[in-house]
Amino acid sequence: MASLLPRIAAVLCLSGAPLWAEDIGDAERGATLFAQQCKACHQIGEGAVNRVGPQLNGIFGRKASSLEGFNYSRPMARMGADGLVWTLETLDAYIENPKALVSGTRMNYRGMKDPQARAALMAFLRDWSDRPQDIPESEPTALKTDPDLSAATLSIQGDPEYGEYLASECQTCHQTDGSDQGIPSITSWPAEDFVVAMHAYKQKLRPHPVMQMMASRLNDEEIAALAAYFATLEE
Amino acid sequence: MLTRRIFLGTGMAAGAFLTAPTVWGQAKPKVVVIGGGAGGATAARYLAKDSDGALEVTLVEANPIYTTCFFSNLYLGGFYDFENLQHGYDKLAGGGVTVINDMATAVDRAARTVTLAGGTVLPYDRLVLSPGIDFKDGSVPGWSADTHAEIMPHAYKAGPQTQLLKAQIEAMPQGGTFAMVAPPNPYRCPPGPYERISMVAHVLKEKNPTAKILVLDPKDKYSKQALFEEGWQRHYGTMVEWVGPDFGGNAVEVRPDTMEVVIDGDVTKVDVCNVIPGQMAGKIAAIAGVTDDSGWAPVDPASMKSKMDENTWVLGDSSAQGDMPKSGFSANSQAKVAAMAIRGELTGSKTFPAKYSNTCWSLIAPEDGVKVGASYEPTPEKIASVESFISATGEDAALRKATYEESLGWYAGITADMFG
Repeated sequence: MASLLPRIAAVLCLSGAPLWAEDIGDAERGATLFAQQCKACHQIGEGAVNRVGPQLNGIFGRKASSLEGFNYSRPMARMGADGLVWTLETLDAYIENPKALVSGTRMNYRGMKDPQARAALMAFLRDWSDRPQDIPESEPTALKTDPDLSAATLSIQGDPEYGEYLASECQTCHQTDGSDQGIPSITSWPAEDFVVAMHAYKQKLRPHPVMQMMASRLNDEEIAALAAYFATLEE
Repeated sequence: MLTRRIFLGTGMAAGAFLTAPTVWGQAKPKVVVIGGGAGGATAARYLAKDSDGALEVTLVEANPIYTTCFFSNLYLGGFYDFENLQHGYDKLAGGGVTVINDMATAVDRAARTVTLAGGTVLPYDRLVLSPGIDFKDGSVPGWSADTHAEIMPHAYKAGPQTQLLKAQIEAMPQGGTFAMVAPPNPYRCPPGPYERISMVAHVLKEKNPTAKILVLDPKDKYSKQALFEEGWQRHYGTMVEWVGPDFGGNAVEVRPDTMEVVIDGDVTKVDVCNVIPGQMAGKIAAIAGVTDDSGWAPVDPASMKSKMDENTWVLGDSSAQGDMPKSGFSANSQAKVAAMAIRGELTGSKTFPAKYSNTCWSLIAPEDGVKVGASYEPTPEKIASVESFISATGEDAALRKATYEESLGWYAGITADMFG
């Protein structure tokens, strides 16, 4: 979060320019991307209604799963209850890899890997947030932080034996057979999704207090070890 | 039966036997685990599972069917069936653990043997004690577990006592009084007495709305206090009256014969009295000589090994380890550290730095769940809290419902982790 401060300072120094005008991406390109990849399920703009997916007007600052009349998946409802709010950070993480942020989401979308494309899409979506001019520039909805994970972090080879020990802590709540009786399954996850999800808790992008606490004391090697162990379970 | 020590001794002396090393080499190190709850069942399961048959693991538990103390309050409140609190040991037995339903009555640490009530003598290389709690005699004047628990139940070891207390609550006369004598620190499940009050209040609100609840407490503060107080006021109005030490909660005597409680000299007639007395380590820990003057068993924070004996581990409620609360979650967490350390000593498997954690969920009213939790790491002195969280007052209904549903998931998860 340290990187936020200089940027906020820089924005505040721009005399005369409306605070909300800072570019978060190319909204025109975003409109094209939306038409290609999102529109089949989501509506946005005047008269938008819920279809396969919820309508996206005013998505920024909205609590996940909070739109009345839309039947959310249970995992998405749970994330909303846990306090997930759509901000530039959380939405960016969700669009990048929906199932890494909200395991079991019904949104059948493989994810958008290019950070610039995501920024463009969010610039477009943000044009349809209720009153973007009223969103204070210091709010996380308005500024993007640095990318979460370096390639080096993602490429760490974990020690599965260490992972097995660390995983025993997960298994107090998460069942190894993958059944979900109120706590989601964590088996059969691709290793990279697992790593991304754990770092999302560690960086407090994902909202759950128990998971934030568990992840916060795991270092990069330990997260990699867990992912390596859970990967061996799939075989 | 040969103990490992005797085997090694005779092996050295009678060198001729060493000509058949394959036979002797098959003698497996033996671990005996006493107590089949969250600590013991988990330790036995992980020792057997992770050693791939290299260890002979025996679990000694008096009850063939185990009733979990955690969630027994939800049974009192009508939110959970009694049968769902009960678990057998079939899957543990199928997973390579020898399960013996008997009571351990003696431990000979020099000979490394455990004697059972039925006469069996079990030799061991490493001993794991996870016997839960016992009650301190004389903790509540006028009450003793042996003579009065049928009249004024403790219901703090789950089973028939829990069923008795539920029956008593349901049989209370309209407008009657339920009293709880709350325990002094330290005790099993810090939020447990107050979750129980919530569950009793829920039942009475439905069936007996003019009834009163008296909590007689020797402590001036307790776990999740702000959350419980907020919840009691919101859901149960003025039904719950908490009497702390300033108003005589620390000077309580009970009279089971006349169903009276005496609070700092004032006599009050009650209809149900739940006495949760002061506690200490399960008796076998004292018999084994691993407890200190506090009544609990001090352990090495890095491994849960007893400070009194290098071949004995003590888990869960019985242990004195530092900051972790006495809870099923804690015992389960400690058991995994212990199982790793014991395997390391006996089979040479890799060991890793201990990590501990705990979360305690409590139900205040239907779909109004709260939680408190922390992560822990060993320091030279104790197991120390690293980071913690607690539910906030004023949370919205959706979050409280999600917390409650999460607790149901946790129960399913931990019981699968304990019993297979």
